[in-house]
Amino acid sequence: MKCRKCGRPAVFNMRQHKLALCEVHYPEWFVAQTQRAIEKYHMFGPDDRVLVAVSGGKDSLALWDVLLQLGYQADGLYIDLGIDGYSVASREKVEQFAAQRPGARLTVVDLRAEYGETLPQVAQRVHRGRDKPCSVCGLIKRHVMNRVTRDGGYDVLATGHNLDDEVAVLFGNVLHWQTGYIARQAPVLPANRAGLARKVKPFCHFYERETAAYALITSIDYIYDECPHAVGATSLRHKGILNQMEEEAPGTKLQFYLGFLRAREEGFFRERAEEVELRPCSNCGQPTSAPGLCAFCRLWERAADR
Amino acid sequence: MEAHVRIIYRDREWELQGRRRVRDVVKEIGLIPHAVLAVRDGRLLAEDVMLEDKDEVKLIAVISGG
Repeated sequence: MKCRKCGRPAVFNMRQHKLALCEVHYPEWFVAQTQRAIEKYHMFGPDDRVLVAVSGGKDSLALWDVLLQLGYQADGLYIDLGIDGYSVASREKVEQFAAQRPGARLTVVDLRAEYGETLPQVAQRVHRGRDKPCSVCGLIKRHVMNRVTRDGGYDVLATGHNLDDEVAVLFGNVLHWQTGYIARQAPVLPANRAGLARKVKPFCHFYERETAAYALITSIDYIYDECPHAVGATSLRHKGILNQMEEEAPGTKLQFYLGFLRAREEGFFRERAEEVELRPCSNCGQPTSAPGLCAFCRLWERAADR
Repeated sequence: MEAHVRIIYRDREWELQGRRRVRDVVKEIGLIPHAVLAVRDGRLLAEDVMLEDKDEVKLIAVISGG
């Protein structure tokens, strides 16, 4: 296989694009494609301040790396959830990454230091996290990301979600006909007056193997291991099934996603206004659909009672 | 001379005999080629690369998240 740009041996082949590239031209292509997605979906411009949510995994670190290369004002946010072994290792990767890049500013929010408990501790205490802490984890991360984006004066929050992530979520929501969730899935979630920050996914057109290849070729040191709680997660199972289909028919995942976005654009999935009415939480002021306290503040209220 | 290739994936290892391509090796040990990347001496290998005698190839799962 030869690089389409220079004819030297290719190191990476994308069957769905019928495109093979070498060590030099693949990272170039990857950076240019990211810029294209940012423009295509009007995600943000050079004057905007971007907060990148980084986990220590390949996607978020690659995203931060690419945004810095493209010259954006991109700072990082790492949330230390206090998950045994995993959080220490992932935090180290993120701190190393930031230290190697002069000008890369990193904010760390340590859950235990700020709220008194780690994720596993909170999850064990509340009903919502009884079986698995993943739902509590999602809730905590969404809250903290939104708070830091607003308090830090950022224009937009960027996450490293790739096409496989998006397709796995879409697939799961279609299986259960979660029409409300389906209507809300998009590369850009606009800010709203209630105080939800603007959220964007600049990697939404990349396959997971493409972000992994970029991280490997550019020597980004990321955490290979899965979060121990994600083992057996439905979305991982869906990813496996989708990859099986992709293997047999290259482009399956890409078509599924792009077709969805087209249908969405054409108004196929309409959000019902009454489903999304938000008001500020009586404690933290962040938007919530619940009367009184938001779900995040309710997590800690029960701790305070004890 | 028979080629001898070592494959490493997570905490497992395979010793394979005979010349073959990266893609075929991945299928042979029961993985989906689309879901892994192959690395030799720290460098990424395209799926059609013919492995040589004494090659040591590390396979990296690309799936993450939950």
